[in-house]
Amino acid sequence: MQTIIGEGAGLGRRALPIAPIMTTHAPVNSFRALPDETGHFGQFGGRYVAETLMPLILDLETEYRKAQQDPAFWAEFDALMKDFVGRPSPLYFAPRMTEHFRGLAPAGKGPKIYFKREELNHTGAHKINNCIGQILLAIRMGKKKIIAETGAGQHGVATATVAARFGLPCKIFMGAKDIERQKPNVFRMKLLGAEVVSCESGSQSLKDSMNDALRHWVANVHDTFYIIGTAAGPHPYPELVRDFQSIIGKETREQIMEKEGRLPDMLVAAVGGGSNAIGLFHPFLDDPEVAMTGIEAGGHGVETDKHAASLTGGKPGILHGNKTYLLQDEDGQITEAHSISAGLDYPGLGPEHSWLHESGRVNYVPITDSEALEAFQLCCELEGIIPALESAHALAALPQLTAEMDADKLLVVNVSGRGDKDIFTVAEALGVEL
Amino acid sequence: MTRFETAFAKGPALVCFITAGDGDTAANLDALVAGGADVIELGMPFTDPMADGPAIQEANIRALEAGTKTADVLRMASEFRVRHPQVPLVLMGYANTMVARGAEWFAEKSAEAGVDGVICVDIPPEEDAELGPALRGKGLSLIRLATPTTDAERLPAVLNGSSGFLYYVSVAGVTGMQQAAQGSIEDAVARLKAASTIPVAVGFGVRTPEQASQIAKVADGVVVGSALVDLVKQHGTEAPDHLRALTSALAEAVHAER
Ligand SMILES: Cc1ncc(COP(=O)(O)O)c(C=O)c1O
Repeated sequence: MQTIIGEGAGLGRRALPIAPIMTTHAPVNSFRALPDETGHFGQFGGRYVAETLMPLILDLETEYRKAQQDPAFWAEFDALMKDFVGRPSPLYFAPRMTEHFRGLAPAGKGPKIYFKREELNHTGAHKINNCIGQILLAIRMGKKKIIAETGAGQHGVATATVAARFGLPCKIFMGAKDIERQKPNVFRMKLLGAEVVSCESGSQSLKDSMNDALRHWVANVHDTFYIIGTAAGPHPYPELVRDFQSIIGKETREQIMEKEGRLPDMLVAAVGGGSNAIGLFHPFLDDPEVAMTGIEAGGHGVETDKHAASLTGGKPGILHGNKTYLLQDEDGQITEAHSISAGLDYPGLGPEHSWLHESGRVNYVPITDSEALEAFQLCCELEGIIPALESAHALAALPQLTAEMDADKLLVVNVSGRGDKDIFTVAEALGVEL
Repeated sequence: MTRFETAFAKGPALVCFITAGDGDTAANLDALVAGGADVIELGMPFTDPMADGPAIQEANIRALEAGTKTADVLRMASEFRVRHPQVPLVLMGYANTMVARGAEWFAEKSAEAGVDGVICVDIPPEEDAELGPALRGKGLSLIRLATPTTDAERLPAVLNGSSGFLYYVSVAGVTGMQQAAQGSIEDAVARLKAASTIPVAVGFGVRTPEQASQIAKVADGVVVGSALVDLVKQHGTEAPDHLRALTSALAEAVHAER
């Protein structure tokens, strides 16, 4: 394998192995050429589903390939992004955060910090980008009903929103525990006309809502479209979710060129299933001067058994239709994840991240609950922006990253969502009674 | 003749499923054999049984909460093999528990335990580069699932590499759902039998001797799972007597079609 050495941000970056050429039409030595025709990112990804679902996901792939080539599909996608979602989302220079970390960093260190403001989207997070793309596919395929899983309720709200917009009935599967701790989002979904189905099995959180959504789908494949909320699941989901979310990175690229006349040196994003991160990263994967850091939820610490850092603390396995890094025991039983952020509380992640991790192109780092809480407050106080707890994990990487980067470097953090949904959790963690 | 061939040679066979580690598994398995089960499917518990309805999901959870490990499942299998040298034994479960230590490891240990075949719910032919070859290499059958959505185009891929028997999942759905209409089962079995030489067993939603008897008129085997697992839940350590009673009634109905 050929390698090139990353240059730029001076973060002790690893050598970057170049991907083998996987498809005949792929550019040589590209990190952007996967998945291959069988839906794999190296050993990861694939279509590990029950036979009942196989014909359907093959159909979905066929239909997606047609949509990819259809200018009318993308014209409709773009129009909705603009007028319904409110894109482009701004790329915002964060002056006080920049100053703050410059003050803490060694002399000459402390890059310019930009926020990609996905929290300004309709419904308050990046999740809607993917939902718009998938509901357009559902309509193309003639499906009459929509289902989705949700953890924090962000994807549930985004799905209920597009279902209402297109007049399709919608069922959202949600763990019983999450229904209890995310009441405002449950009510939002109901206002939007969705039925919220409580999942009582297993750990009653995100992974179980995905199990129940898959169970429902298997029994209703003929008329139901499953809008998966992150860049995971059986092929072609990781690919199509990535493609819809890539609008984040494409805009960032244009915006930073406009503001700075050059590409950024570092991209930072939180990784739950990995959709906001891959959306930001993917358009830059073949720019070796752009370093990337994915933030996993470290919970109480990766040395404890209460975290959701599947790359740092897990190993490859098979769940929810794909092969990827998973938190599991030696028998392959899935262990429960923990994060203060419901959207990161999942024992796996999308297969492309597993591959980017093993190939060394992206560096993945865990951040604990308390580090995220601290960054959450700092962002509120210094920038007047209440970030989602998920996004606060990305912000919490700044102390370390900024200390190592020169002052003339550019760093972009994906503020994937707004934190209104999290104020109860944060108040409780800070010991404040509302 | 393999154990499968012997079991299916006599005419329609009764295939019984229970979850390993749920209740007194050895006693439960003995009750199934005593009641007349021709083939045993032993479920490997998994934390996330995505293709199962509530009854078998709960059985998985009970088994895991009782501390059941893969090593225990393999031990139950090898002890079964000593007690019942002739009865075909199938391990049924999900990919992650089967490949956690590598497909080769699993195939080797299963073979050592005297297992005849394996059903893996979430490895379709497209992803079967490792498990199927590893099992066949150790002389085990990979038993594939065909479903109402498996069309003529996919069927050859499903059949390729299948042996022992073909499991027709008669409803598009999870275990424990309502049974499919008899007419659709007859059509599907006819289609599968025309395309393959191995026996076709039909399962999902079969609970009563009456249903079993209807299916046995057209298929080579009838699979019953959730109804048996329900008895384990209901009766705990008293389950063997009840399992034996239901299995006898089912076996009588199925064998009457021989
Ligand atoms: C605001 C926000 N950011 C990030 C995530 C994590 O998901 P992903 O990794 O797919 O972006 C979520 C999930 O709910 C979220 O709501």
